Amino acid sequence: MTDTFINIILLSMLTVTALAIVRMDRLFAVVMLSGVFSLLSALLFVTLDAVDVAFTEAAVGAGISTVLLLGTIALTKPVEKRPRHTALIPFIVVCVTGAALVYGTLDMPAFGDPNAPAQLHVGSDYLARTPDDIDIPNVVTAILGSYRGYDTLGETAVVFTAGIGVLLLLSGLRRRREDEEEEDQA
Amino acid sequence: MSQFLNFQFLAGHAHYLLFILLMMTGLFIVVDKTNLVKKIVGLNIFQVSVFMFYVSIGKVNGGTAPIFPMDAKYHVDKEAMIGVAYSNPLPHVLILTAIVVGIATTSLGLALIVRIRESFDTIDEEDILSIELQMTYDDNRKYGDAMGGLS
Amino acid sequence: MIYQHLILRVVTKMLVGTIILFALYVQFHGDFSPGGGFQAGVIMSVAFIIYGIVFGLRTVKKVYPEWLVHKTMALGVLIFAGTGIASMIMGYDFLDYDALSPDDPVAGQHLGLLIIEFGVGVTVTGVMVAIYYAFAGRNPSISDKDW
Repeated sequence: MTDTFINIILLSMLTVTALAIVRMDRLFAVVMLSGVFSLLSALLFVTLDAVDVAFTEAAVGAGISTVLLLGTIALTKPVEKRPRHTALIPFIVVCVTGAALVYGTLDMPAFGDPNAPAQLHVGSDYLARTPDDIDIPNVVTAILGSYRGYDTLGETAVVFTAGIGVLLLLSGLRRRREDEEEEDQA
Repeated sequence: MSQFLNFQFLAGHAHYLLFILLMMTGLFIVVDKTNLVKKIVGLNIFQVSVFMFYVSIGKVNGGTAPIFPMDAKYHVDKEAMIGVAYSNPLPHVLILTAIVVGIATTSLGLALIVRIRESFDTIDEEDILSIELQMTYDDNRKYGDAMGGLS
Repeated sequence: MIYQHLILRVVTKMLVGTIILFALYVQFHGDFSPGGGFQAGVIMSVAFIIYGIVFGLRTVKKVYPEWLVHKTMALGVLIFAGTGIASMIMGYDFLDYDALSPDDPVAGQHLGLLIIEFGVGVTVTGVMVAIYYAFAGRNPSISDKDW
């Protein structure tokens, strides 16, 4: 019961933060609030027993992503223009999507149900086999590295590719080389 | 309908409703706001809400984080594990990698925004669309006859 | 820029070493506690980013030059994939760490996890620092007063 109480408080704080982000038009404040959002969601991940996820979210969401967003604002503009169109059509679209999603959750097992289909198959199998197969306490690391090593290799490759993409878009290697050639000629 | 309105059902599904509320707030920012940086922030909110929803599926009532106790020789202490419930670690693994991939793709989007600003001198979607419309119009006036008389 | 903000400079110098030490702890203690390559990589890159923010991009590029960042990005993926290729050469499946110590499969799994987590950490560090360099290396379009 205490868990539920804490969850509801955290979720209402998250909702208030998200609504504040909708209303703000100073982008600096928006970025700071998105950092607050990430930290609050990290707290929620802890109450959901996902400590590794909480750790990652706190480091990535509140650290790196805030730095990158601030860097982007420094390269662009700090104030948002008010949209010229009416907010009615987006609101209707969002309401319809939300209603469809809520309809989808009606079939789901209750929150925290130990007999839910998600708990019965592969997850509990990993929990049972890890002490004998790999013998390390953190099951998340065991699955990440060993049982699902292919996935992790793929994710690492995706991160690498995204880094290459940013370098191609932003680093301006060719322009710098041309500048150096001009200096050499001069 | 009445089966959905008792207290037990609502208490079991209240979390899902709140996650969906957060998701829809993020979606509203993406659809409604025209500033591209704000769209990325909205996308992040949407993404984190999906992560919370996904991780909540692995939660077991009365369970604890999936990290086993250790004995004195740094092995898993199997005797201390009896009778302890652990939450499902599989969603944690999937979301852990998804967060890092998410920041990598977010930075790619931000890099694109920086380049868009250098080309159009604005990061407002409506301005960019009107500039592109003007460019197409100018092109049609200039080359329309040669391409088949569109002007 | 460098000659202002005395407190920031002193605190940063104290923090950078601690952050790197914490990143290494998260990296190599990930088998026993929350943590692992992804988190350690992000924390390690934060050490370089905070140094760059306070002391300037030119200074941090002396510590961790750009060509080295680009090499580290690729090196991590190579370590990860190379572990898989090595286990294939030993006659096991791709990424089957039993191959690293055929007599004692559990020890092989421990070693394999340590190596691939290290590879992940190296790649994530490289990518995050490279992205920061790419963003910070451009000329800002707004001045400090516009914030």
